[in-house]
Amino acid sequence: MNGFAPRDDIMPWSRTPRTRMEVARPAFPDELAPLAMQGADLPRGLLAGGLQRSYGDSCINDGGALIEMTGLDRFICFDRTSGLLEAEAGVSLAAILKLVIPAGFFLPVTPGTKFVTLGGAIANDVHGKNHHRAGTFGRWIRSLSLLRSDGREHTVSDDDASGLFAATIGGLGLTGIITRATLQLMPIASSNMAVETIPFGNLAEFFALSAVSDASHDYTVAWIDCLAKGDLLGRGIFTRARHASDGVLRVKPPGGPSIPIDAPGFLLNRFSIAAFNEVYFRLAGRARQSTMSYDPFFYPLDAIGNWNRMYGPRGFYQYQSVVPPEVAAEVTAEMLRAISDARQGSFLAVLKTFGDMTSPGLLSFPRRGTTLALDFANRGGPTLWLLDRLDAIVREAGGRLYPAKDGRLPPAMFRAGHPALDQFTTHLDPGMSSTFWRRMTP
Amino acid sequence: MITSPNPLRVLILGAGSGIAQATARLYAAEGATVGLAGRNVERLAVIAADLKARGAAATESFDVDFTATDAAATLAGMVAKLGGLDHVILAYGVLGDQALADRDEAAAMAIIDVNFRSAAAWTLAVANLLERQGKGSLVVLGSVAGDRGRRSNYVYGAAKAGLAVLVQGISHRFRGVGPRAVIVKPGPTDTAMTAGMAKGGPMWVTPEAVAAVVRKAADSGGPVVYAPGRWWLIMAIIRNIPASIFNKMNF
Repeated sequence: MNGFAPRDDIMPWSRTPRTRMEVARPAFPDELAPLAMQGADLPRGLLAGGLQRSYGDSCINDGGALIEMTGLDRFICFDRTSGLLEAEAGVSLAAILKLVIPAGFFLPVTPGTKFVTLGGAIANDVHGKNHHRAGTFGRWIRSLSLLRSDGREHTVSDDDASGLFAATIGGLGLTGIITRATLQLMPIASSNMAVETIPFGNLAEFFALSAVSDASHDYTVAWIDCLAKGDLLGRGIFTRARHASDGVLRVKPPGGPSIPIDAPGFLLNRFSIAAFNEVYFRLAGRARQSTMSYDPFFYPLDAIGNWNRMYGPRGFYQYQSVVPPEVAAEVTAEMLRAISDARQGSFLAVLKTFGDMTSPGLLSFPRRGTTLALDFANRGGPTLWLLDRLDAIVREAGGRLYPAKDGRLPPAMFRAGHPALDQFTTHLDPGMSSTFWRRMTP
Repeated sequence: MITSPNPLRVLILGAGSGIAQATARLYAAEGATVGLAGRNVERLAVIAADLKARGAAATESFDVDFTATDAAATLAGMVAKLGGLDHVILAYGVLGDQALADRDEAAAMAIIDVNFRSAAAWTLAVANLLERQGKGSLVVLGSVAGDRGRRSNYVYGAAKAGLAVLVQGISHRFRGVGPRAVIVKPGPTDTAMTAGMAKGGPMWVTPEAVAAVVRKAADSGGPVVYAPGRWWLIMAIIRNIPASIFNKMNF
């Protein structure tokens, strides 16, 4: 029988902080309720965990209990006509894609990795490159079942009047354990993508390209060279894409290279990042069109197992903000100037315009405006100082940060960015907690 | 989903185990008809729904206590329900508690009862059925623990060793007759059976990796198959370490 056992090898994707938790990995749904009640009784309560792809401390419960949901990865029902899929919460998006692509369906919304669970995608209300068309993942959840720590299971649908559905979408696992959900899939004619890449010289060009492309394309996103300065500030490469219509429905075979050990920190310095950015920008060169499989388009980093080890034993910080559209241009420029001044480049500086599809979730991150995602190798003080400076810019602009990406999001910043927090708190499961939640509510 | 006009019919004995479920998913994706036998019908129903969503042509669940049932008669009933039988996977077993088995004869005999006496009865019943029909595959899950006794799990290992010899013998008996019999010996696998063990080492594999070996073993390969294959070499070395050295080792 599966019970709780102490483990210290589970950590967030940023590889910091290290933790010690009482961990259980149930294999069948009937094991969940007794485990939930047992875990909720521990002093620091209980959290459900998935594939630990959240960067910060929202996916850990240091000193408390964690139920690893990945053993509960079964499909319950797949209607190959309507595209409705019901599954246990521990199933990965990768497993879903493997099932549904040959049947001519795709995830309506996907984050940049397929190694997240269905439950985790709901609890963080993830978004993708098609936010302007499809909104967040939570908009496509028709119903979900939630096991509260009193042992009772509630099934709520998207028209739920109690508010539990809205609290659970983007609710960071704090309203109970998501046990299963029904997802509306999207029909596709092909597993290939028709992709266009267009270099742009500055931020103004980005906003112009974004406005035009959001009207014409399902998927839009831009990579930014965040070490560029002056006239070149905000130069980058814009990508826009659609699902192709060539009729091939092929799942990518698994496998690929993996980073087996922590890379030494000296590999990542501002010179190597500047060189990378220069080469990347020059390789893109001119605008081009191509057809590629969905997999390298949506999940380029999934091809490199454990890419987080690239940042060495000190780990790294992800930072993702969204700011309102009225001030997006000037605020984004200010953030890029701050990064450039601090000479702390980021390999992955990603810029994207969110549309006006409202998230159902009370704590959901995406909102109308412009989102900038960055990662910084952890260099201690200087890195934290830069992040504080970015915080001030985002807060001043009335923006917010993404808890799933951020292990140091200050509580005041969280409260300021999430006005529905008090409403959310009424739906909190008293047995559930996380390192993140204790940090936000000392 | 591949649905052939004559889908393969497979029976999985001990369908709730991690390796069994991963194997059943491979058969489901081929469009097979899958029979699931085990002691917890609610859990079998959960597995059956998953297999249907993955493309199984049909599923049948059988509520069976393997140690307390007449194997031949029960098997005949299952085959009738499945409309025939192409592959059988015997996947049930218990690891048991070696420390308890050291001092408690009943605990030791319980391990042997499930892993050898009962498994042997079902293996022989399946062998007779396959021999009568002149075709079909029997894959039995053994363990590398059956290749050399060591203090941490030798009662379990002894039962799996007995089962391996039995299957080898059936494979010999099948020569020129038509059916095939294979013992698959997995190394340490991350399943519910091993919950609570530290799994950091490079020797641990996923149930999916073992399932791929099991599925292939049903179609081709020798009567003894290691999962993954590198365990053949590891166990060849371990079997040949002199007892004077082996017994000083701590693993």
